[in-house]
Amino acid sequence: MAKPKETVSRTLMVALVLSIVFSVVVSTAAVLLRPAQVKNQNLDIRSNILSAAGMLEPGASAEEIEETFSRFEVRLLDLDTGEYVEPSAVGVTDPMKYDMYKAASDPAMSTNIPSSEDKAGIKRRPNVAKIFTLSENGKLKRVVLPVHGYGLWSTLYGFMSLEGDANTIEGLGFYSHAETPGLGGEVDNPRWKKQWVGKEVYGDNLDEPQIKLVKGGVSADAADKEHKIDALSGATLTSRGVQQLVNYWMGDRGYETYLKKLRQGEV
Amino acid sequence: MADASAKQVLFEPIFSNNPIALQILGICSALAVTTSMNVTLVMCAAVIAVTAFSNLAVSLVRSQIPGSIRIIVQMTIIASLVIVVDQVLKAYAYEISKQLSVFVGLIITNCIVMGRAEGFAMQNGPWLSFLDGVGNGLGYSVLLIFVAFFRELLGAGSLFGISIMPVVNEGGWYIPNGLLLLPPSAFFIIGLAIWGLRTWKPEQVEEADFKMSRHTAKEAF
Repeated sequence: MAKPKETVSRTLMVALVLSIVFSVVVSTAAVLLRPAQVKNQNLDIRSNILSAAGMLEPGASAEEIEETFSRFEVRLLDLDTGEYVEPSAVGVTDPMKYDMYKAASDPAMSTNIPSSEDKAGIKRRPNVAKIFTLSENGKLKRVVLPVHGYGLWSTLYGFMSLEGDANTIEGLGFYSHAETPGLGGEVDNPRWKKQWVGKEVYGDNLDEPQIKLVKGGVSADAADKEHKIDALSGATLTSRGVQQLVNYWMGDRGYETYLKKLRQGEV
Repeated sequence: MADASAKQVLFEPIFSNNPIALQILGICSALAVTTSMNVTLVMCAAVIAVTAFSNLAVSLVRSQIPGSIRIIVQMTIIASLVIVVDQVLKAYAYEISKQLSVFVGLIITNCIVMGRAEGFAMQNGPWLSFLDGVGNGLGYSVLLIFVAFFRELLGAGSLFGISIMPVVNEGGWYIPNGLLLLPPSAFFIIGLAIWGLRTWKPEQVEEADFKMSRHTAKEAF
């Protein structure tokens, strides 16, 4: 038995049989578990959106998340014109299937950001964004906008939720980043995130985003305190990144055109 | 090792022949996945499953494997199992699999898995090999859990995500030690664990590579 083991044909045979057996094992696992995985991913995205909007109850079940989320409408938004576009314009049938971060690396579906304007450090911006709106009795109540930008070590991906006036912040949350645990990683700290609630993005004339992360806390009598947020201690660069990315996405290269139209009731 | 009993094979790797503490294998993932207990436990379960079943599979086909491609065969078996484990985690423990990210995939390169397949399963029967895989996985787990216990408790003031010592940022009194959340701290804890283990079991202490000879020159006096 020891001798024929080493022949060339025998070696090829073993390799072939083994490859077939294990490819069957791997593909079976992948195919059988696919539905559960897709469900998890969808649930994850939905709970991130709800959590930015402050609508996620701790310990909510999958059905509850699904139900709350179904009150939102998924919209595709042309960032330059500030108008909604049909899903067919980006080649999908279900707007939920559109991936704006994938589109950002496709030259046909994104725009290069000149480095002088690239405050968020993202280099390319998709032309069409996927946003979520919640209306009640025909009146817009909140709008959840995806934002991303560079912090210290990583790109932070998150959602910013605004009230119906398209100015007051309802929440900001990041679902993916790799900032230093305990320092920049504190962007996830619920106590820090709570500060954002009720702040205003735009100044009195509503044309330029004014968000500032300041050191040393925001006292009750500080000037412009409605735009100021206490920076993360020990994380100057992450704080700066968050400030820049919020101002970039709320600025005229981001959602400003759309938000203006929203305020005037044009979309 | 051929006549090793099942019990020995299963329990030896936990303290007497610990893969991390004595064989110094699998350190990389021990640094990366030990910031919280939950994540660590899932990682340990994944590694136990992979070492056990890859040992079993390698041992079952060991008489058929031609020597010239045996490493590739072992790699194929291990890689397939790791993909299966990764898929299962994504389906049933999504949150944790997100935190483990690439480290599940990197079980493939965990030296323990490959080391046991080549070093034990190629010479032993399927049942013993399976137990050896479980044992080595357990040995890995014991050390990882030990490291994670201190890292999560002192670095985040919690265990299994439940707050034990309320931290300052959340209005408590404990100022967390940020170093423990970063990978280098695992080195310190593993080092201390090895020191402790070798004090308890002095036979694990390695022979010194060289000894200082006696002072012979008289001129100095």
